[in-house]
Amino acid sequence: MPTMSEKILARASGKENVEAGDIIIANIDIAMTHDLTGPLSVESFEKIGAEKVWDSSKIVIPFDHQVPADSIDSANNHILMREFVKKHNIEHFYDVNAGVCHQILPEKGHVVPGDVIVGADSHTCTHGALGAFATGIGSTDMAMVFAEGNLWFKVPETNRFNITGELKDNVYAKDVILHIIGKMGADGSTYKACEFAGETISNMTVSDRMVLCNMAIEMGGKTGLVEPDEKTIDYVKKRSNKPYKVFKTDLDSSSLDIIDIDVNDLEPQIACPHNVDNVKPISEVDQEIDQVFLGSCTNGRISDLRDAAKILKGNKIAKGTRMLVIPASKEVYSKALDEGLIRIFVDAGALVSAPCCGPCLGGHTGIIGPDEVSLSTSNRNFKGRQGSPDGKVYLSSAAVAAASAIEGKIVAPE
Amino acid sequence: MKGTAWKFGNDIDTDIIVPGRYLIYTDEERLSQHCMEGLDADFNNKCKKGDFIVAGTNFGCGSSREHAPIALKGVGVSAVIAESFARIFYRNATNVGVPLLEAPGITEIIEDGDEIEVDMDEGTITASNGEKITFKKLPPFMLEILNQGGLIEYLKNKR
Repeated sequence: MPTMSEKILARASGKENVEAGDIIIANIDIAMTHDLTGPLSVESFEKIGAEKVWDSSKIVIPFDHQVPADSIDSANNHILMREFVKKHNIEHFYDVNAGVCHQILPEKGHVVPGDVIVGADSHTCTHGALGAFATGIGSTDMAMVFAEGNLWFKVPETNRFNITGELKDNVYAKDVILHIIGKMGADGSTYKACEFAGETISNMTVSDRMVLCNMAIEMGGKTGLVEPDEKTIDYVKKRSNKPYKVFKTDLDSSSLDIIDIDVNDLEPQIACPHNVDNVKPISEVDQEIDQVFLGSCTNGRISDLRDAAKILKGNKIAKGTRMLVIPASKEVYSKALDEGLIRIFVDAGALVSAPCCGPCLGGHTGIIGPDEVSLSTSNRNFKGRQGSPDGKVYLSSAAVAAASAIEGKIVAPE
Repeated sequence: MKGTAWKFGNDIDTDIIVPGRYLIYTDEERLSQHCMEGLDADFNNKCKKGDFIVAGTNFGCGSSREHAPIALKGVGVSAVIAESFARIFYRNATNVGVPLLEAPGITEIIEDGDEIEVDMDEGTITASNGEKITFKKLPPFMLEILNQGGLIEYLKNKR
């Protein structure tokens, strides 16, 4: 009685059945690399000596980490990747004006239920929110995929989080996943598929489900998954003509651990420095902040911008605090313009930037200095993640980020 | 293999191994200059070719950046020995030719700066005081990949 991961990997490896622990070779439906891990993938691909990519229609290359180029080195990386795209006729290339890879992939219809998706980026697990098996890999593995179109996997066991209860006002998917990571620990799901199920998940939007799956890696998960339902199919059909297949988990599977999570009384959660599993309820956090970052593949979607704008409307960002708002894609940016959200952010005193990964990984823009404190809606707060190793990064929902920007310290929205 | 053990804690993430701002580089030399700099700015100088990293649980968690094992290779680390490893890093390190040895209990017997000896055939690590610990031996195909310097070399030699 297989899990949905086992069923998807059986399909992709052409087998009747596979079981957790089996080593299989799966055919890849979508392979994604970006401007920062792409150059190493291309270097490795060229070292292998392969002349052609296996399928130029199944490779997706968005530029998002260092866009627009902020140095000659990153401009050179962009040139290298554009040449690769041209040489191999890569059909799905998104240059500096498109957005964050994990927003682009679902938004542009590259992800459908039942797919096997690999990305040279650890947050590739996001795409399991649409019922795909999606996982992050390194650049050499990606070079192998470019050449052969397949990759070996160890079939994972599954932790299925059965989430019940109704979220209080101002408590969001981000708070749920931070709570789960705090409970499980940074290696609490190592090598496992993390399924999110239960009534709370059924009630969530596809965007919310992406928040949960996005952060499965922060407890060591190989992928995050949500069983497709009507909301999934509705999202996918609006964006993709690709055939899809819905797989669900048999609850009597022997490779399944079910973990019950009750969110009825959950309050907003904060991940404190320097580990994502150092999670505290917001009532236990007393911290002034220098910078607020609203954006990233975790919380840079239109719903996040709406949540934040509702709180910021008519207010000003505290003196001594700065706020960066970075929509996750051009589509999100356009919607935010149409809905007047950008005006609200600008009037409040925030800096609004073009879609990109921003300060999330401390490589491009909004880098923090020694002893500075960042409150971020992104997914990692490791030492030095957003710049100086002597800085501090706290993680929260978009609503907490907005309320905190107004106060200059970490506070819950009223 | 003999060398000095440089000891780190639990959950050493790939942002520590190589911070994001250096990912624009792909070469061993430049990446190694920044290896572990968030915890020890002098690591690149004090780690000599053949030395070891000893660490706690979940070493290599976080980003999928292959720059991390490349930097470790660049500073000359001959193996990382840890209580446990994160998944993507485990694959990446093997692919670029950095051996990862999982040795539960290792942090209890090794101190920072200890001279240690690793016997890959026997599957043992010996501390400077003579205390021994076993690690999970690597399967033959992984040893073969590591011996040839990584997956690409392995595949090229196989062709």
